[in-house]
This record gives sequence, C-alpha cells and structure tokens, in this order.
Amino acid sequence: MRYLPHTDQDIKEMLAKTGYNSLDDLFPTIPKSYRVKKEMCLPKPLTEWELNAHMAELSSKNASTSSHKVFIGAGSYPHHIPSIIPYLISRSEFMTAYTPYQPEISQGTLQGIYEFQTMITELLGTEVATASHYDCGTALSEALMIALRKKKKQNKVAISSLVHPHHRQIVKTYLEPAGYQMVELPSKPDGTTDLSPLDTMDDIAAVAVQSPNFFGCIENLGKVKEIATKKNIFFITSFTEALAYGLLKNPGHFGVDIVAGEGQSFGIAQSFGGPGLGIMTSSKQYVRDLPGRLVGRTKDRRGEDGFVLTLSTREQHIKREKASSNICSNNGLNAMTAAMYMATLGKVGIRKIAQINHDKAMFLKTKLEETGFKVPFATPFFNEFVVKAPDGFEAKRESVKKRGIVAGLAIEKYYPTLKNHYLFCATEVFSKDDIEMLARELK
Amino acid sequence: MEEHIANTCRGGVQKCHNTHQTATSGLIFKESFLWGKSREGRCAVSIPAQDVEESLLDPELTADAPELPQLSEMDVVRHYTRLSQWNFGVDSGMYPLGSCTMKYNPKTNEVQAARPGFSGAHPLLDEDLCQGALEMIYNLEQYLAEITGMEAVTLQPAAGAHGELAGMLAIHAYHAKTGHQRSKIIIPDTAHGTNPASATLCGYESINIHSGEDGILTPEAVAAVMDEETAGIMITNPNTLGLFEESIKEIADIVHAKGGLVYGDGANMNAIMGIVKPGDLGIDVIHLNLHKTFSTPHGGGGPGSGPIAVVKALEPFLPVPRVEKKDDRYTLVYDKPDSMGRMLTFHGHFSILVRAYSYILTMGAKGLTDVSKLAVLNANYIKESLRGDLHLPYDRPCMHECVFTDKFQADNGVSTLDMAKRIMDYGFHPPTVYFPLVVHGAIMIEPTETESKETIDQFIGAFKSIVQEAKENPEILKSAPHLAKLSRLDEVSAARKPVLRG
Repeated sequence: MRYLPHTDQDIKEMLAKTGYNSLDDLFPTIPKSYRVKKEMCLPKPLTEWELNAHMAELSSKNASTSSHKVFIGAGSYPHHIPSIIPYLISRSEFMTAYTPYQPEISQGTLQGIYEFQTMITELLGTEVATASHYDCGTALSEALMIALRKKKKQNKVAISSLVHPHHRQIVKTYLEPAGYQMVELPSKPDGTTDLSPLDTMDDIAAVAVQSPNFFGCIENLGKVKEIATKKNIFFITSFTEALAYGLLKNPGHFGVDIVAGEGQSFGIAQSFGGPGLGIMTSSKQYVRDLPGRLVGRTKDRRGEDGFVLTLSTREQHIKREKASSNICSNNGLNAMTAAMYMATLGKVGIRKIAQINHDKAMFLKTKLEETGFKVPFATPFFNEFVVKAPDGFEAKRESVKKRGIVAGLAIEKYYPTLKNHYLFCATEVFSKDDIEMLARELK
Repeated sequence: MEEHIANTCRGGVQKCHNTHQTATSGLIFKESFLWGKSREGRCAVSIPAQDVEESLLDPELTADAPELPQLSEMDVVRHYTRLSQWNFGVDSGMYPLGSCTMKYNPKTNEVQAARPGFSGAHPLLDEDLCQGALEMIYNLEQYLAEITGMEAVTLQPAAGAHGELAGMLAIHAYHAKTGHQRSKIIIPDTAHGTNPASATLCGYESINIHSGEDGILTPEAVAAVMDEETAGIMITNPNTLGLFEESIKEIADIVHAKGGLVYGDGANMNAIMGIVKPGDLGIDVIHLNLHKTFSTPHGGGGPGSGPIAVVKALEPFLPVPRVEKKDDRYTLVYDKPDSMGRMLTFHGHFSILVRAYSYILTMGAKGLTDVSKLAVLNANYIKESLRGDLHLPYDRPCMHECVFTDKFQADNGVSTLDMAKRIMDYGFHPPTVYFPLVVHGAIMIEPTETESKETIDQFIGAFKSIVQEAKENPEILKSAPHLAKLSRLDEVSAARKPVLRG
C-alpha cells in the first residue's frame, strides 16, 4: 500500500523494540471479547486507475457548470474562479498545515488570515472579523446566540422569513434545545421584510434580516437599524452573495452590530454546497463575544512583526463549558481562498464584476418578461430575482433540462403561497447568448 | 546577545547532532501586506466582456467600491507563494500532533474532488441531475456505518465539534421524545475542550469526573454520578492519554441502566479501525473527524468534516435531508418528524467527503486495519525509544499516541514549551503540548502510520539530542526556535492590545 511505508523488516525491528510478537498483539488493553472477529465489509481496494474510472463515472452523473447552464443561486453562486486561485490554494504548505498554534512556523497561514480579516471588514464596513465560521447559516445562529447571551433577560429573537430557509432551519436547530425561541417576521408585497410586528415585540434580543434577501431583494437596512436602536436590541444582518457588496452600501454603513455572511462567491467551488465560508464580523465592542479564532498582530523576541492566534480565552480549549462557542476547526482554507479572490479582483475588479452580475440579471429579467414571466416584486435586486412562471412552465422546464439548461429554482416548497414561482440567478459566467438561448427554449 | 546565541546554536546543532537534524536555514523572503503592494489601477482578474447593456441601481443603494488592494496577477502569485514558504505542512515534514492525526493527505483525493461534476455541482439541483453526488453520499454513509459498527450516519456536520453538537442534539431529542428532558452530562477530565462546550450549547450542565490512577475511567466513578437527570456521558476512546478505556462496556451498561446514552468522541478512531467497532462497545453515537482518520487535509485550521454515526434508536433524530435509495435511484428525504433539524446549509462539506470516500476506496478493509496497526506500532515504538529520556506519566501499552512530560527536564529549568520550540530547529513540527490538561507539562506525540521508520528514528534522535541539550546548554532551548522565520512571539501583548486588522 503506497501510503504505508513499513517494510516487513521495519515491522520486525519495531516490534522487537516494543516487545510484541506481532501486529495483532499490539492491543493488549483491548479485551479479547471486544475485538472485531471478521474483516470489515467494504469494497475491495481500488488502484488509482480504478478509482479514477469510478469517480469519473460518479461525477458524470451530476449536472455541473461545465455540462449545464444552471440559472440558480439561492445561496450557492456560479462565478468564474481565476486560475491562480486553485493553483495557489493547492500549495501544500497551506493545505496540509494544522491550525497555527505554533506561530513561528505558521506565519503564512497567519498573515493570510489577518489579511482576510482586514479585507472582510473593509468590504462590510465593520471593525473586526473572525478567522471564519462553517457557513452563513451556522454563523447566523452563533450571531443570534451572542445577542441572547448579552441580553440575558430575553430569550427570543426575531428573524425575517426572507432569510434563506435553510439558514432559518439551522437557527431553529441551534436555538430551541438551548431554550431560546425564534419568531419570524412576514414579508411585504414588495418582496422585503415586514418590520411592523416588531413594534409589539418587547421581549426580543435581536432582529436579523438578510440583504439581498432570499428573493434577491435589497432590504431597507436603515429602517431595521432605526427600529433596533429604538428597541435597544441587536441589529444582525446576513447575506448569501458576498459579491453584492462590491456594489451595494455595506452593512457597516447602516450601523449593524453583527454580520453573518456566506463567502462561497469569492473563489470557492460550489461543490454541491460545501465547504463554503462562514463570515462573522462585527463592531469592536463585541470582539470578546465572537466565536472562533482571531489572528492578531504582535512582535517576536527580536522585535520582528508577526502574527498569532489571539484572545483564545474565549475559546473551548481554554474555557471548556464556559466558552463562547464550541467551534474549533473552522473553514480557514476557504477564508484564505476568499482573501486571494479579493486580492485578485481588487477595488477595480470587484466593482466591475459586481456591476456585470447586476447587468446580466437585469437582462435575464427582461428576457423572461418577454417570454411571459411576471416579476412579482418591484424591489431592486442584485443578481437574482423571483418570477411567476406562465402556465405550462413546469413541463417546459423538464424538457429544457435535457438540453442542458436548469431554468430556476421552484420556491413553493419554502413559501407555499408562492405557487409556480421560481428564483432565477444570472452572474458574469452567463453570456448574452446563454440568456437568449434560455429565453428561446422557454418560449 | 540574542543574535549571538542563535548563531552559536546554528553551528552547534549542525556540528553535534547533524544526523538528527532534518532542517537547515534557507532563503526566506520578506513580504509586505497585500495593501502595501497596491498601486492605483492594477487588477489581476480578466473582466468578462460587457455584452449586455449596463443597468445602474438607484445611487441611494450603492456606495463606492471597497478599498481592496490593487495588484497585478504576478503580485498575487508571488505574495501567496512567499507566504506559503513561511508555513510548515505535512508535506514539509513529520507533524506528530497528538490528537490531531496529521497523516499524509493523498493527492489523488484532490484530483477526485476537483472533477467538474463534483466541484461544479449546485447543491439545489433537481434530484435527477445530481445522482452521482447522492450516490457518493449514500455509499460513504454505509462505509462509515460499517467501520464504526453503527446503524446510520449523517455527513452533514462541518467539523468535529459540529459533529459533537449534532450528537448531543440527537441525545437531547431522544430524551425529549422518549422520557423527560435531562439536565446534566458526564465528562471525564481528559476530554477535549469541545466536549463540554458542545454540551453547554444543548443546555446541559457538565459533570466532570476524574480518570483513575492508571489514566482510564473506572465504572465506580461513573456510577457515583450517573442518575436519572443525567443525559449520558461523553467519552473519548482511545482517550486523550492514548489509552484504551478498558471498562467502556461496564460504563456503558451503568449509563444505559439509568436511561442515559453514551457519546463517543471519535477523534482517536485512527487507532482502532478494523480492531474494535464503537458500536460493539455500547456507544450510541460517535463523531468522526474525516480530516484526521480519513486523510483529508487540515487546511491550516479547516474545513474539516465531522459525520456522526448512531445506533438504530437515534436514527430518527438525525438531521434532514436524509439520502435514501429506492430502486437504484437516490432521493433526498425531508419527512422525518423527529429530526433535530438542519446542521448546515447544504449537504455537509461535500468536497471533503469526496476525499474521504476516495481514501476508503483506495485502502479497503485490510488497508484501514493496517493503518490502525501501524499507527499503534509507531506510537509504541516512540514510547519505548524515548522512555528514560522523557518522563512517562502512565506507563501502560499505548494506542496511536503517547504522552510524556517535562518532569526530568524541570531541574534544568527547561519546560515542555522549550523542547517543543527547539524541535522545530531539527525540522519537525512540535507535538501537541500541555494537553491533556490532567498531565502537567504534557507532550503528546502522535506519529501516524504514514511516517516511515527512518523518519521516526530521526525524530527520536532529535528528541534525544534535545534532552542532552537540556542538560548541557538549556539556554539553546529557552531561546528556541533559531531556524524559524520568527523567534517566539509575544502572545501576551497580542491579547492585551488586540490588533486584528491592518
């Protein structure tokens, strides 16, 4: 076996040193009755050729951005990944390192994450960012739990029903066993959150709104801030499309307390939804409440600048049951990927690509409208939007699948009143021809 | 003065102990921050053609572009290449971090994960368009169930701690459904910090118990605290001292008799694949770290993957959706009324799952069993080779890792930290230090099965040299490392006045 370097001679010599007669004898502390009696039932080992063939076959059973035009976002977005990103992130010094607990020989990871933290705060207008979380849904859950811990007297949070449905499911999974409750805010006819129920809620610790929201609509974060301030509750926002903030006013502009976001759009492959990148960022006052790792700047004994993991007294390996979170492994390599992506695009590139995303989505909207689709929500959007499909669309959608087109995502299963409504997305990877072909096929 | 010691030491190391030293100094570049290299107007990305009309949003909604650094493509490439050279990875050298299983990460796994049908698949594709992904998930769940001896597996949890949380939520949901909710959970003092932190998230109070004199738990200690308000126990087996919990079954019986459940922390699964199955030991739910046992890269801190495997009674509580197979078609099933809910936005860390799946298919049953045997052989070999040089607090047969302390070196004023920093100069990543917490000055060595005898002999030689240096010239250790890019960093001021962005 090519991953196991031991020769028979090595094994013999090593056994002699340890005083055992055979490899099977190496487990004297495991009572015989516990030992596995027969070999595990697993497929026979594959050579690399056989593995390649098997995996090629499995992978060919999926529609992907290279075989299909998938006009779906909804939390996972098709974007162009510049060649240098997979090339650089594959450097094994990054990929095969552990968490940088030994900073003298981990400065590459540490500076890279420090730069990530810096660029994320610049992008979102906040003051501190963690070294990453798993994904937006888990980051949002933890953001709400910060609010609940800070506002000890409250045990409820209000969350927009236009936050990604899966994120709301995660929040519920996290909150309920801990004895907390989440109340959903309904939507308005314009596709944004109805904030009016907040007027009568006097027992909540936080309000959370996603912008752009699940329908793609840009929320009025200024209004949310106004209410949060008046009620003295946490103002939390989330987002699934990080690229939108190449164009839109960022959450910091609106005085947000904590932002939970998804960074998949920044150079990370969609990979059937994971791993993504949980972004967690806030104003400075909550730095000691944030879950997970933070990289800080310091000096070494010779006075040279360097970086370490810091403020770890918040974390589970020090605080154990009193820690602010149980998170240990995060999505650090994807944070590094996102940093590479932000550095590659830069100030000029992120603006241009964000604008093109909006242009393509507007073009797609126009084309779909020409094809008989209705746009129910008038609120501006970034690169995805909801349409009501004309009669007979469902069958048409099935038939165009055979021609390599996936025409939007049905959202009725998430919003039962929105029968025949679909969420469509267009990004810079779709050409004018692609969009026109979609419209043609759907006619 | 500092400089002088460093110079002496470099010469000294090379002269005295060159056979054990696998490192030398080399050309390390300085590299500024990204923004230090930025020049107005540079851009490293190919901008797509503007083939549709520009459509401007209401200026009320937009702002100026974020001040991201402006660089050329070469600037970005050189920046990250230089940064990478400041790092130590498994591909650079032996990385014997106890409890972390830093084994070789096979490169074919990267090739498999990068196949367009996997890397380019949207998570919300219609089921008929993602059969390959669902089949992979289904198969991997089966394999992990077989390896652990459990009934069902979910691949949703994103990391080990996330798997622990999922496991605790399963236990929480079980008690809510079948009896009454309980308020406490038993956690041994050798547990990873994530265990009590995960239990707290479910609202459980941690009841800490001590391991016995020989480093393992006694049934008596568990019986003394187990009652009908206790949800169960979180137990790591092999434990973090590298010892097999010999009384695991009696302990499980005690917990079960009072209606509790046994959570197994599978961080140390690398010691027992094909040797024992947690499902045969009375464990009800166990998480696995695919980034430890199943060879996926740690990525400088993540992403990992932390599936959980459960007994039949806990299956209804697993997160949704579940992947089921009907007549050769794979389908996502949401209708599980007792499910804990959802742990992650989509289907777990899918590309990590592809890597672990490739690893299992490459190794097969015998291969995985050999992995555990050789991991245990390597650890015992190190234990026997360094006994006498380093203090061995629990002198028992170890599993895949062994724990020493700095007791013998303390008289010379040399600590575990000093030895850890010094071994960097010999070209090795330090072992895990000061964990488990129950051992004063712990040095926890986990070589893994992928290190050869020669490498391990070099590591042993390096440690013996360091032990010698501790007697003769402790200052070399206290001022170590000397060959790394930086000397020891000031963690105290970093925490006192945090600077977290540039």
